[in-house]
Amino acid sequence: MINGKVHMFGDNINTDVIISAKRKESFHDIDDMVPYVMEDIRTDFHKTISKGDIIVAGPNFGCGSSREAAPAVLKAAGIGAIISPLFARIFYRNAINVGLPVITYENANNIFQSDQKLSIDIESGEIRDSDTEKLYDFKPIPEFMMEILNEGGLVPYIQKHKEYVL
Amino acid sequence: MTGKTMVEKILSNKSKSMADVRQGDLTIVDVDLMVCHDANRPQASDIFKEMGGDKVYDPDKVKLVMDHAPGVPNQSASGIHAKMREFSSEQGAELIGPGEGICHQILAEKGEVGPGDLVLGTDSHTCTNGAFNAIGVGVGTSDLAAALLTGKTWVKVPESFQVELEGSFPENVYPKDVALEIIRILKADGATYKALEFTGEAIKSISVAGRMTISNMAVEAGAKTAIFPFDNVLKDWLEHSGYKKEMTEISPDEDAKYERKIVIDVSKLRPRISLPDQVENITDGHSTEGLPIQQAVIGTCTNGRLEDLREAARILENKKVAQGVKLFITPASRETYAQALEEGIIEIFIKAGAILGVPGCSGCSGGAHFAIPSDGDNVITAANRNFVGRLGNKKAHIYLASPAVVAQSAVSGHIKIPEEGGKTAS
Ligand code: SF4
Repeated sequence: MINGKVHMFGDNINTDVIISAKRKESFHDIDDMVPYVMEDIRTDFHKTISKGDIIVAGPNFGCGSSREAAPAVLKAAGIGAIISPLFARIFYRNAINVGLPVITYENANNIFQSDQKLSIDIESGEIRDSDTEKLYDFKPIPEFMMEILNEGGLVPYIQKHKEYVL
Repeated sequence: MTGKTMVEKILSNKSKSMADVRQGDLTIVDVDLMVCHDANRPQASDIFKEMGGDKVYDPDKVKLVMDHAPGVPNQSASGIHAKMREFSSEQGAELIGPGEGICHQILAEKGEVGPGDLVLGTDSHTCTNGAFNAIGVGVGTSDLAAALLTGKTWVKVPESFQVELEGSFPENVYPKDVALEIIRILKADGATYKALEFTGEAIKSISVAGRMTISNMAVEAGAKTAIFPFDNVLKDWLEHSGYKKEMTEISPDEDAKYERKIVIDVSKLRPRISLPDQVENITDGHSTEGLPIQQAVIGTCTNGRLEDLREAARILENKKVAQGVKLFITPASRETYAQALEEGIIEIFIKAGAILGVPGCSGCSGGAHFAIPSDGDNVITAANRNFVGRLGNKKAHIYLASPAVVAQSAVSGHIKIPEEGGKTAS
């Protein structure tokens, strides 16, 4: 179960904005990149995150470069899940691979609001407003990707299975 | 059962678990070429070790390319390069660069990619390989690491959009304008999870370099890959590049199923410009004419090839970059650089006042620490992305256009479409 407050972002949030090439290429460790997450569009964003917080964004979240550091740095900053009507393909795969849940929910950016408290059950496909108890059902993450997520990401998955098992 | 798209055919050939895969199927496929570049923190090699990797599945299929930091601007870059060198010698995988060029360019030049291949790379523009009748897919480092270890990856077979290119190119219209037109139609997410498959008469008149430009930018519409059919233009190019494997041409069945069809009549196209700071903000180039610029960039995996440099040289010959404008030009590879030198193109650039970059990603992502604009600068570039901060300064405004428009704007000091009466090219 993921519990946290919502941080709203716009459409087409690209991976350069999530973590710039300049920062990514100056640090080896993901943790060192945390202060610079989203810096070009929201200064000090990392200071406003409590562990488990949720990003809700417009469509095409994570477009642009293939940098896996983008979901990894969001996760390291404390983000528990991201909800968007549509994720860019590489970002979606990378997020699952680093163990960060990504939830596709139509029109999410017009339904949820800043600071709204949500709790998310990935397994059952349910988002619950923690105050009003209102429920929002989402289409669960595809089964095979769910397996990777449940193992904790692609590294633990491969450590365990040694190969892909469909 | 209906026929197959090119993507369905290639993935069926590569699939171990199912002989006949179709749109929507999940399958495990063999990978022909795995490309890791130097921009990733952590590197795929680190994750490979974390996964328990000892020996890569097949070192001949692994290429380690130092292209994103070709000028090795700091210790972070040199540290990563040392790590790549170590992994290369330990695994017997080829190490390329820095200074050799951009991965998508050099691997093609070395004859490493051809029809029917499946290329996986840690760069989102790996779709550039679609020009070679191949599937190129960009992935993150974990996916690449798993491929290094197992020789395979998993894919969901994408639905395809058919893009038909009709007509003949008018003056001042280039493959870059076709790429921008596709994004104008589809928008930044219009092809997410989909493949683009090209067809139509106009393809014959597009060089392999031009096809690379078009496939390259497909990811800016969200596409997984973008593939051109096999023809004599490609065959000649592959023979020239020394492609070693047998050429197994992939063409779609006539009754292949496409989710959508887009027709572009290139003869009606006009020069296109993408406005800051989303690639999809595409407009008729003429409407932006007169906007003052302070910086111009020609190069990158989109438009740093010999064909592009020739166009720029045609405009820059006996001209000077306008006062107050910095023009940065970077050939996509050392090979391209050498050819441009032989043709006298580099001399034209230098005499015009251009600043030459080290072959590679110089002047593209900011990570190369080259051509970083000043606050408030208007930059016109032949690259593929104009996101906030893309060039290393969030206060710059980036416009995307063809190399000809970039060169003309550098000379004029403001955005300008070249006068008609020059030669047309694709
Ligand atoms: S030239 Fe630019 S877009 Fe191409 S691979 Fe390098 S950084 Fe990426």
